[in-house]
Amino acid sequence: MSASTAPNGRDFPNGGGAASVLAAGIGSFLVALFALLADKIASIKNLMAFYKPTGPLSGVTTCAIVAWLVTWAILYVRWRNRSVALARVGTTALILLIAGVLLTFPPIADWF
Amino acid sequence: MEITTRSFWTMIHGMGFGALYLMACSGALVELYRRYCPRNAAPPTARDEVFLRVYLTAMALIAWLTVLTGAYIIYPWYRAVPPPGTANLAAFPQRLLLSSPFTSGWHSMGMEWKEHVAWIVPICTTMAAAVVLQYGRNLKSHLQLRNLVLSFVWMALFAAVVAGFFGAMINKNAPVEGGTTIRIMQGGRR
Repeated sequence: MSASTAPNGRDFPNGGGAASVLAAGIGSFLVALFALLADKIASIKNLMAFYKPTGPLSGVTTCAIVAWLVTWAILYVRWRNRSVALARVGTTALILLIAGVLLTFPPIADWF
Repeated sequence: MEITTRSFWTMIHGMGFGALYLMACSGALVELYRRYCPRNAAPPTARDEVFLRVYLTAMALIAWLTVLTGAYIIYPWYRAVPPPGTANLAAFPQRLLLSSPFTSGWHSMGMEWKEHVAWIVPICTTMAAAVVLQYGRNLKSHLQLRNLVLSFVWMALFAAVVAGFFGAMINKNAPVEGGTTIRIMQGGRR
């Protein structure tokens, strides 16, 4: 997108932006979800040690990032040329983001 | 004046990339709010647009460098396992913290939270950079989208503050030390 394509902002579909926002929410939630699974299930913990010196953190974050990027690419291809219900997409993304942050907090993760 | 290689990398990670991100983040929040504020009658200029694109892309890069140096350079030193019978745990920060009930919380709460929540920062910042790269000045016409980007950057700032605070406190209680010594300068005799 060049800097000179500004005038008709309202006509610019929100789908591409919505895809980025929702994917970021999903990615943030997946970091917490994979961390929780690796913490609670020994077999997953061992599986996640992609790089031994870093331990399961290497697999947890690599899997979450790959899943985030794949989700982002899929959503972007599907939504880039259309406008979507941003209120609903944004609320879902924010809920996932907040859930992700809360689930990484050890006292909350320990409830599961 | 000397510094060990492990201390040097810890400094690059925390005081370099981490602190730089925290400072840049507050700037990004102000810029995103101010330049795309619907009450602001003047539309963002092409120069504003280029500035914010470069600024957020650099911020995303710094966020990635922070988590990558933390997880793949410093964390292995932090979680190193001492050989059986080791009495001096100074070179094994995680074990040193866990050896006392007065410091174990810095690991079980602090590091456990920090090591995961920090990864949310580059994800949110990359998203913000991507949206600004894609929309540029058009973001002013998409108030909902601009508010969502702002919310994610606020959350990234919160996660970065958590990671930065615990990183500093953990390093204060059990510093990552060791490796070769780098002599920066020779002090004079008094």
